[in-house]
Amino acid sequence: MLLLRRLGRNPVALFAAALLALVVGAALFAPWLAPADPYKASMLRRLAPIGTAGFLLGTDELGRDMVSRLMYGGRLSLLMGALPVLFAFVIGTAIGLVAGYVGGFVNSAVMRVLDVFYAFPSVLLAVAVSGALGPGMSNSLIALTLVFVPQVVRVAESVTTQVRRLDYVDAARMSGAGTASILRVHVLGNVIGPVFVYATGLVSVSMILASGLSFLGLGVKPPEPEWGLMLNTLRSAIYINPWVAALPGAMIFVTSMAFNLLADGVRSAMEIRR
Amino acid sequence: MLGYLIRRLLYAVPTALGVTLVSFLLVYVAPGDPLNAIAPADAPADVIESLKATYGLDRPMPVRYGLWLARALHGDLGVSIASGRAVSGEVFGAVGNTLILAAAATIAGVTFGCVLGAFAGYRAGSLLDRLASAVSVVGVSVPHYWLGLVLTIVFSVRLGWLPAMGAGPGGSGEWQWNMEHLRYLLLPAATLCVIPMGIITRTVRALVAETLQQEFVIALRARGLASSAVFRHVARNAAPTVLAVSGLQIGYLMGGSILVETVFAWPGTGFLLNTAIFQRDIPLLQGTLLVLCLFFVVLNLAVDMLQPLLDPRMGRA
Repeated sequence: MLLLRRLGRNPVALFAAALLALVVGAALFAPWLAPADPYKASMLRRLAPIGTAGFLLGTDELGRDMVSRLMYGGRLSLLMGALPVLFAFVIGTAIGLVAGYVGGFVNSAVMRVLDVFYAFPSVLLAVAVSGALGPGMSNSLIALTLVFVPQVVRVAESVTTQVRRLDYVDAARMSGAGTASILRVHVLGNVIGPVFVYATGLVSVSMILASGLSFLGLGVKPPEPEWGLMLNTLRSAIYINPWVAALPGAMIFVTSMAFNLLADGVRSAMEIRR
Repeated sequence: MLGYLIRRLLYAVPTALGVTLVSFLLVYVAPGDPLNAIAPADAPADVIESLKATYGLDRPMPVRYGLWLARALHGDLGVSIASGRAVSGEVFGAVGNTLILAAAATIAGVTFGCVLGAFAGYRAGSLLDRLASAVSVVGVSVPHYWLGLVLTIVFSVRLGWLPAMGAGPGGSGEWQWNMEHLRYLLLPAATLCVIPMGIITRTVRALVAETLQQEFVIALRARGLASSAVFRHVARNAAPTVLAVSGLQIGYLMGGSILVETVFAWPGTGFLLNTAIFQRDIPLLQGTLLVLCLFFVVLNLAVDMLQPLLDPRMGRA
């Protein structure tokens, strides 16, 4: 709650949160808010420019209403951006906690294996894994989760290693607490904060990468509306109606920037000021 | 110092081996037979068998890995299933093109980032400082494939100043250092440079602002040093970190340029990966991955080895 109160005093973070609420709300309530059916194509009104009567933001290469598709597109784009971070947060914290607490050989073994994945630039790893598994949404999710797990583990492991040496952990062990309950009650509470801050910073990267995979044709498949995929299918229209073609990317940009600003806000709110 | 270098060198060996293993295994996690790409579904059994023998697919996995690694160490990455040409030739040509793009983007990004970050750090809280934070947030938030598209719309479609696609006139894949070719480099490099620019601006700003607060800077000023001389001390303190961050950026951009290369049809490794993935060309995919990742490992190593030269304290640790 202290975190929320501090965030509330940060105008930039508030602005970002409002922007996100708008994007998420539009995506969530798209079935009620969208002016048209996002799948309904019409050969007669393909690539209408922005401001056409009845089609505020124009139409795409199959004559589908852009406003509706952008609203619906947010559903998959936001989900594909947030889920890998959530998965990596859970899996990475668990691995990092165990590796950091047990230490010794287990720690070195886990960390050296993860170093290998760390040696791949993240875009390359995402594209390679997702390409090897084949196009599709679930495969992109697996690929992105794999990209973020090593990064989360690194943070969780280093914090756990510090916390493990603290006196109160020894005290808990001496009073007879088992490893599982020490980890759950005494260590996790101290580790989860820094890992959470780190993970919030990953959401924007994840959104850009997830939409990027769809842009390459490795993620969401047509005719589903998704910002990255829409950007891809509209690419050939840049000579006819360039600004409509740029719209889905603008949505990715705005959303990812809002996530970044909010993450910055969370980071500074979690810092203990002396 | 020497001990540090040797330790760091030895440390890179298991990582490099791991990278080769992952590059090799990655393509086998995929469902489906790799032969599907070349053999028709109704091919007779003996044709399938002979194809398997040709590509070495009839042997057990560890043997295949060993053979592949041994050949790779000799520079032989196998034959592309799709094109029938040697993978090494295709990969090295593409790596060259990607390196040109990534290096240009890194140099531009680091230069702008350093200048902007240093000014912002000196004038913390000023309008310029806020501009620098905006640049760094935009740099890390913008989907660069979209930025590429927007730049194409503005400079190619609307203004018609710069070419929208390719790496040279007539769609040639051969890069040459002349004005005609440089025009093709401008848009993709400008697109890609936004990422390092954002990161470097943020890093340099934080370093400079932090260093300026330290007591030795106050002492230098109290002794009457000119601000240019003080700046030399600040720069010297920031250099190792900036070098480390910038060095890694080339690596990230080498691997990360795939999306931008797709937008601009730049004939680099991204284009190659795309081909390999969608045609299920396993040797090509393995080879490209391997070369890119080893490049990244070596780059990491080089950065770590250069750092003690800039900051002698590190070699003693």
